[in-house]
Amino acid sequence: MTALKRRRGAALIASGAAAMMLLAACGGDSSSETTAEETAAETAAETAAETAAEGDGAVAAGCEAYAAYAGSEGTSVSIFTSILPPEQQKFEEAWAEFESCTGIDIVYEGSDQFEAQLPTRIAGGNAPDIAFIPQPGLLAKLVEGGGPVPAPESVVANVDSYWNPAWKSYGTVGDTFYAAPLGSNMKSFVWYSPKKFAEWGFEVPTTWEDMFAISDAMVDAGVKPWCGGIESGGATGWAATDWLEQIMLRMYGGETYDKWVSNELKFNSPEVTAAMDTLASWMKNPDYVNGGFGNVQTIATTAFQDAGGPILAGECGMLQQASFYGNFWVNFNPDATVAPDGDAYAFYLPAMNDDVAQPVVGGGEFVAAFANRPEVAAVQTFLASPEFATAKVKLGTWVSANSGVPLDAYVPGSIDQLSAQYLTDLSGTFRFDASDLMPAAVGAGAEWTEMTAWFAEDKSTKDVLDAIQAAWPAS
Amino acid sequence: MSVEAHEVVVMPQPERSESIPQAARRTLSSPWASAVVVGITILWTVPTLGLLITSLRPAADAQNSGWWTFFANPAVTLSNYAEVITGGATIPGGITPYFWNSFAIALPAAIFPLVIACMAAYALAWVPFKWSTGVFFGIFALQVVPLQMALLPLLQMFNKGWSIGPIPIFPDLNKPGSEQSLLAGTYLPLWIAHTMFALPLAIFLIHNFIAQLPRELMEAARVDGASHFLIFRKIVLPLAIPAIASFAIFQFLWVWNDLLVALTFAGGTPDVAPITAYLANIKGTYGAQLHLITAGAFVAIIVPLIVFFSLQRFFVKGLLAGSVKG
Amino acid sequence: MNEVLSGAAKLSSSFLAIIVFFALILVVFFIGSRFRGRLQSPAALVIFLGPAVILLLIGLVVPAIRTTAGSFQNAAGTEFIGAANYLWIFENKVPVLVNTLLWLVIAPLASTALGLTLALLLDRMRRESVAKSLIFMPMAISFVGAGIIWGLIYEYRDPSKAQVGLLSQLAMWVGIDDPPNWILWSPFNNYLLMAIMIWIQVGFAMVVLSAAIKAIPGDVVEAAELDGATGWKLFSRVTIPMIRATLIVVLVTIMIAVLKIFDIVRVMTNGNFGTQVVANEMYAQAFVQFDVGRGSALAVVLFVAVVPLIIYNVVQLRKERSIR
Repeated sequence: MTALKRRRGAALIASGAAAMMLLAACGGDSSSETTAEETAAETAAETAAETAAEGDGAVAAGCEAYAAYAGSEGTSVSIFTSILPPEQQKFEEAWAEFESCTGIDIVYEGSDQFEAQLPTRIAGGNAPDIAFIPQPGLLAKLVEGGGPVPAPESVVANVDSYWNPAWKSYGTVGDTFYAAPLGSNMKSFVWYSPKKFAEWGFEVPTTWEDMFAISDAMVDAGVKPWCGGIESGGATGWAATDWLEQIMLRMYGGETYDKWVSNELKFNSPEVTAAMDTLASWMKNPDYVNGGFGNVQTIATTAFQDAGGPILAGECGMLQQASFYGNFWVNFNPDATVAPDGDAYAFYLPAMNDDVAQPVVGGGEFVAAFANRPEVAAVQTFLASPEFATAKVKLGTWVSANSGVPLDAYVPGSIDQLSAQYLTDLSGTFRFDASDLMPAAVGAGAEWTEMTAWFAEDKSTKDVLDAIQAAWPAS
Repeated sequence: MSVEAHEVVVMPQPERSESIPQAARRTLSSPWASAVVVGITILWTVPTLGLLITSLRPAADAQNSGWWTFFANPAVTLSNYAEVITGGATIPGGITPYFWNSFAIALPAAIFPLVIACMAAYALAWVPFKWSTGVFFGIFALQVVPLQMALLPLLQMFNKGWSIGPIPIFPDLNKPGSEQSLLAGTYLPLWIAHTMFALPLAIFLIHNFIAQLPRELMEAARVDGASHFLIFRKIVLPLAIPAIASFAIFQFLWVWNDLLVALTFAGGTPDVAPITAYLANIKGTYGAQLHLITAGAFVAIIVPLIVFFSLQRFFVKGLLAGSVKG
Repeated sequence: MNEVLSGAAKLSSSFLAIIVFFALILVVFFIGSRFRGRLQSPAALVIFLGPAVILLLIGLVVPAIRTTAGSFQNAAGTEFIGAANYLWIFENKVPVLVNTLLWLVIAPLASTALGLTLALLLDRMRRESVAKSLIFMPMAISFVGAGIIWGLIYEYRDPSKAQVGLLSQLAMWVGIDDPPNWILWSPFNNYLLMAIMIWIQVGFAMVVLSAAIKAIPGDVVEAAELDGATGWKLFSRVTIPMIRATLIVVLVTIMIAVLKIFDIVRVMTNGNFGTQVVANEMYAQAFVQFDVGRGSALAVVLFVAVVPLIIYNVVQLRKERSIR
């Protein structure tokens, strides 16, 4: 699960969106809401201050902003995550000042074996202090086993003040709030080469039909319009589940999507079958794929990291992949530019019909703690603060859903900003990555392997969906 | 995990007499045989050669053409290695700390099971007791336990202690007032775990060797009043050196190449994680950067290769020496 | 500079551990050698065998028992569910069992046969050690490394482009213009994965068998030659029977390794494309999908499958032991 989750994590988005929603909510009519939030924010400050009071209270010059977190000098907090270098270095840079001012040493450990290692370590009594968990489904699973501790009040206060309630709900299991959101990413993007599009005379499509008209035009011009790769080591298949999620949300809207996530809508229902048929006419269409790699089956053996390579060379037209893919273009060509007129850029994957307004599938990771020492609470609180999110956003390729982040912190014209643009649109339909919400036996098991077999072995749609449904845990 | 494949050990068998005589050798040798051997040797070496060459090529070459085209277009760069070893623009933080960790993990983890296995093998071979045979076969049969299944119980023991009823078998080593075990961030759990997993095979193979030492030698020493401890140190250990050495090499290689045990018991921080953890992470992160991954992989296998090639003479000798029956 | 210092600190901590370990052993030996008379043998037994037995009990025996118990429980290990996990295996995972069986037969036989051939041929060659070293080399490579190495061989690229995978290039050189995507090429992809295991294990088989062949007494061979045995006859009537025990040990050892193999499959295909084996399925169930019950049941299937091999080996060893 590894690389993938890291990518998902690394890619952040949107939050501006959430920020806007929140502002809208506050600025609306309900003054009582505003008051509630202010109160919450004050509580956060007070809680933090209480923590501080335990220490000697002296604050070094330049550290005034961190006074609230003081009192834990000489302690250390371990963080375990699937986010690997070079993103690791940006995190460390973003909290370096916090460390030097509070005297809390944050020990960062990234592993591509995160999802397998975390439950083992928790069960083995060797839990990290904090873990960044990319799947709400995994969080729920861990809570079942009694691992995570509920978020301290100061974190609750920060989340209530700065996050959209939808994001809070992903970090909530039952009625207890455990994990504050950290970063988020926008998955409804199509990557393309603006330079090649200009050369070929194509405009960025704004409707589903346009997108396929362009695809057909590319076929006529002798270019394979689509490329894709779902190979991802132990998590092979996740990229294909994302494609299905895009179509499910676009065809049926949020409510049906939610039923699908909870298995109220069965995996082998006619609805999902129809979505798979749509996907088949797109990513399993031999005329369309797999640009630069070969036949349809190569999707199963192409690493998701490598999938966009042929776009730069004009051997492939488009790639449906999340916002984080913006980091990958330099892998193919160190001089590649990611800009609206550059070598690579992304457009919004259009809606399929008017019934579902601007569907957006996203992901993100959540900060769960496994210890309730004061220094752990201080780090959690800081990670949920607008100060941290702003500092991190300024380092690039990261979007926070924290509404305290000023929108001008993002680089103008960047993918981050584009992500935010879509996600801040209140009329849109936002849903979290479905496979990350489903039980692991499906979302990290059968759905991955069966979707892979669907591409690699041309296993029939019916058999694939029946097998996934059969894997749904009874209870 | 890689364990089993690498755990498999070549054990010297005390030689009984001269090898097949020269005359027979000549009759059986032929140019055909030589050709087969040369062919297989080349076949076995080519994959690793491909790795080495790819790691020395510039990024674009490695990405876009097969490594064999290197011979037509030899462009060599060491920058891949520079980046992997010290860190650079693409990979911040180099491989060096992991490299030291691998040594610090592998040396004790090779020596501890050896010593303990030698002791157990001696007892099973030369200290007669009622269930000797049963214990020996029991230990041999333990090879079947998949080590993945042992990870969790062991981890619990290291971190929460372990007791049967009121009898503490392993102490709870938590620092007072903290959920962190005293063992966290040290190599100790790793050494212990590797020792446990290595024992069945080590005992089996070393036993086979020690059991074939001449009975008269042992009996003479016993008659002279030497204790088991003296016999073990003065007679058995020196004679078993070839067997011990060859097992040591294998256990070292195996531990060096382990990833799963290390991740579980030590974690992946640069403070304790071995080189394989680093390699797995760069593979996970830089899927498209073949030139860096291959360089990292080569750095990781260079030590096993050096150990193997430099000790290989000694090792093959060990294999054929030990002609103790004279 | 810092790195050099911290490297030195790390190494010294491990040297310290080694010194402490030997000091402990010496102290225990000293105490043990104080026992005289009737107590001498029991004391020696406790001291020599005790550490190994305790470590094995904690590290392997107890986990094996717990795993067996866990295989009759549900995913979270909270409820007894009888044989449901085993039924699930036999209903859903038969192809995985079949695949594992294929591995179990082919990889050890091929490794041993090839190892034996090499041992025989090398026995009468100059530069024996060079060839041996090179063939043995893969044993020194980790599975992560092997995965990267073999990726360079099996990699597929569109035939119209420059090839990066050696196998595709070779196929094209011999006139197969449209080579398959090797890793997807079911069922042959299984054999391609086995090739990696064979690549790793042949060196082991070769070195052990070569030692056994060299240990055959010269007079036996001479006697056979006087009887007119040459070539194949000599091989089948003399060499094979003389090294039979070693052959079996090699075969069984590789079989056990193969049964538990999961890295090669995990690294190369993650069990997709019809290449799943029991050990990797076990890892996926227990550590990716958190179904400890099914994971444990698969583990039990594994050790039950190995038990006959172990018993056979034990019987063979018993014979040898009784000879001694």
